[in-house]
Amino acid sequence: MTPREILVLVLAVGGVFFAVVAAVGLIRLPDVYSRAHSSSKSETLGAVLALSAVAVSYGIGLEALKVVFLLTFMFLTNPTAAHAITRAARERGIEPWTTEDDR
Amino acid sequence: MIEQILLGAATAFVLVSLVGVYRTVTGPTMPDRVIAINFIGSNVVIVIALIAAAIGEPGALDIALVYALLNFLLSISISKFQVDSEEGVL
Repeated sequence: MTPREILVLVLAVGGVFFAVVAAVGLIRLPDVYSRAHSSSKSETLGAVLALSAVAVSYGIGLEALKVVFLLTFMFLTNPTAAHAITRAARERGIEPWTTEDDR
Repeated sequence: MIEQILLGAATAFVLVSLVGVYRTVTGPTMPDRVIAINFIGSNVVIVIALIAAAIGEPGALDIALVYALLNFLLSISISKFQVDSEEGVL
């Protein structure tokens, strides 16, 4: 095990872990807004860790620059898309889940 | 060794994406389905990048970049054109 292999393994396992956390939130949470929160934060962190594993596996070069550009783009656009979706849901009149409702 | 790690991570991301398929089928409202499809699209971008690094073909990174752009454009356009708001959705 070289140090590069250990770093790639740690980053890939972290990315898969946060993707699984986002999937559990997408199943279990009761509301549109809470599901958007889960799919925004956890999925963005999992994507950043997995793409960091790809960049470390390439090393210094043009391919690593492309992967870092993709990582920055996803880091900016994924929360923006979640914000737009939740704002459109609010404009449509979907009410948030409160404690008076049953599951 | 690095190729096996990256292919295993890609397999795990494909299995996680099936959860998004469940939420897309049984979502009570339309924004639920848009959120689930955004989730699936992000996972597909990650899987394309991982497989491009594993099989040693860097041309697929351009495909991943264009797919991320189209995923963002899909979410924004669906959110913009399903409501008639004065301010927009952003």
